[in-house]
Amino acid sequence: MAFWSKIRPQFWNAQVYLSGEQQNVSYYRRIWKVAVVGITTVAVLPLVAMTFMNMNQYQNALKAELISPVTRLVSNTKRTVAHFLHERRSALRFIVEAKGFNSECSVENLSRIFIRLKNSYGGFVDLGVIDSHGVQRAYVGPYSLTGKNYHEQPWFREVIVKGVYISDVFGGFRDIPHFVIAVKQDHDDGGFSILRATIDTDRFNALISALDLRPLSDAFLINRRGILQTPSRFHGNTLEKINFPVPPITTATQVQEVKDDQERPLIRGYAYIEETPFIFVVLKQEKELMMGVAKLRRNLGLFLALSVALILLVILGAATHLVNRIYEADLTRTSAQHKIEHTNKMASIGRLAAGVAHEINNPLAIINEKGGLLKDLLSLSSELPPKDKLIGLVDSIIYSVERCSVITHRLLGFARHIDVRAETIDISQFIEEVLGFIGKEAQYRNIAVNMDVAENIPLVKSDRGRLQQVFLNVVNNAFAAVDDGGRIDISVKIESVDKISVTITDNGSGIPAENLRTVFEPFFSTKGEKGTGLGLSITYGLVQKLGGNISVESEVGKGTSFRITLPVKL
Amino acid sequence: MKPRILIVDDEKEFVETLAQRLTLREYDVTTAFSGKEAIETVRGYNFDVIILDVLMPGMDGVETLGEIKKLKPLTEVIMLTGNATVETAVEGMKLGASDYLMKPCETEDLVSKVQKAYERKAEHEERIRAVKVADIMSSPRSVL
Repeated sequence: MAFWSKIRPQFWNAQVYLSGEQQNVSYYRRIWKVAVVGITTVAVLPLVAMTFMNMNQYQNALKAELISPVTRLVSNTKRTVAHFLHERRSALRFIVEAKGFNSECSVENLSRIFIRLKNSYGGFVDLGVIDSHGVQRAYVGPYSLTGKNYHEQPWFREVIVKGVYISDVFGGFRDIPHFVIAVKQDHDDGGFSILRATIDTDRFNALISALDLRPLSDAFLINRRGILQTPSRFHGNTLEKINFPVPPITTATQVQEVKDDQERPLIRGYAYIEETPFIFVVLKQEKELMMGVAKLRRNLGLFLALSVALILLVILGAATHLVNRIYEADLTRTSAQHKIEHTNKMASIGRLAAGVAHEINNPLAIINEKGGLLKDLLSLSSELPPKDKLIGLVDSIIYSVERCSVITHRLLGFARHIDVRAETIDISQFIEEVLGFIGKEAQYRNIAVNMDVAENIPLVKSDRGRLQQVFLNVVNNAFAAVDDGGRIDISVKIESVDKISVTITDNGSGIPAENLRTVFEPFFSTKGEKGTGLGLSITYGLVQKLGGNISVESEVGKGTSFRITLPVKL
Repeated sequence: MKPRILIVDDEKEFVETLAQRLTLREYDVTTAFSGKEAIETVRGYNFDVIILDVLMPGMDGVETLGEIKKLKPLTEVIMLTGNATVETAVEGMKLGASDYLMKPCETEDLVSKVQKAYERKAEHEERIRAVKVADIMSSPRSVL
């Protein structure tokens, strides 16, 4: 709170009284708020929008950049795996299609072929020849499987139909992951024989580990039932079932964004390897890939925050400074206005003083003459003049002195009310009082002043001094407007429950329509050198200050009517 | 013969008192309370000196002065004025008033000014008479 009071701008709770403008307490605060909110909106909003748009675009571009290497990786690996299998299948087919290959193949022959295969291709674990009854006639390998009957096994039937068979990876009774490639050879006698080779999956594993993946990425083969064919980093070991559904069949390489079981975004690339049960899958944590994006986002965010903070600082500073300047300008204006008001008041008093001096002069002249006559009567004639004559003279001296004192009291009453003070005023009596100042002028110039006061006019609570100034200004204007022998009507009416109105109508020259709008503006005058153009503007300000209103109607040649409404004392 | 004086002012009491005082000083005093009344009076009588207030309702002092000077150019007029209307008095002097007095005025001052004005007028008339006499002397027929 102490800090706030230290940094609070001057205008925060300030209120300046300008004539014609009723300001509420939060006037400057409102200007300030509007400025701050407005400028902030137009300055910060586009910046934020731009930043987010840029961010989004960057993110999309980066993602596209991330996806293409995955696609490349998947298709390359798919091709490698397909090639690996194709090679071995072709080798086997080459063997079975060689002249003289049949179920009667001797073990020696077979082992010679096996050794050649192993040497040329590698990965072969064993090799067997199976006749059309499903019986393994010859076998070369680490186990003794000669004579084993495969007649009932599904792969045997499949190879009969398709001619070629590549199995899923399985443990088998050896419990080492491996898979089988079988090739059928039809014989001229209508029978057939099958060459069956077992290949261990180390080759697959080697292929995949050669991909050199990032720590959070994963790549593996699955079969179409979702059984892992090679070990994975995060989805279990070989022959375990993966924890996500098998991706749908496609011919081309697919890269998609998916969510893992913990709802983390993943990039999944996969490809079905043709003519095999294998699907190659690559999973990459998007987080890992989007590290660059995260960094960019952080930097952009920091930049944005700093920019916004700077902009706000500048806006706050500028707005505060500007509103303070407005406030100071208003203060200057008000003090100038006060000065002008004071000058106007002094001018009114000066004008009054001249009139009053004249009015006092008359009774003084009478006193002078009466006194002189008294002296003459006493000194010029030898005998004493009659008593009642002397008393008459003295009486009229006393009467004249009374006349003088009425005038001086009136002037004192005017001068006394320089301070602002609310008083209860009987408006008709008040107007009579004001007219008292100028009654003599009316008489000399033969101007008829009529008062028309409605019944039951309520009392008014107002500042007497200011109200005097208001009515003097308006009545003086009326006097200036009418020719000698003119007429001024003053009527007092009840306007509403809480308002009365005083209308001062003259039958003078009137105000042309084009001037009518500007009569209350400062420095507007048609009197040339003689007027300051301040009278009515000050009157307007004073009436506003007293909580009232002043308006004017006029017609050239017919006269002008000023209507002043004042609040009633409740 | 007593000097004939007309006092014009709208302040009745002032006029009457002043009239009494001047009467006591052996003047023949007439009063009028407005410009119009003054002109009517001047039409019917010859006055030596007129004391004329500047500020009056209806016809004011300067206007009245103009009319009087038209009717009786030889009549001496003394303007009577308050502080505020000295300029008007000066204007009156330009229009032919012989002097002015500030209200309220010293009686001696007033009397001496009235006396001076009267003498001036008498002298003036005397000169005119002398010219006329000389005229008659040189050519008696001019009387006819």
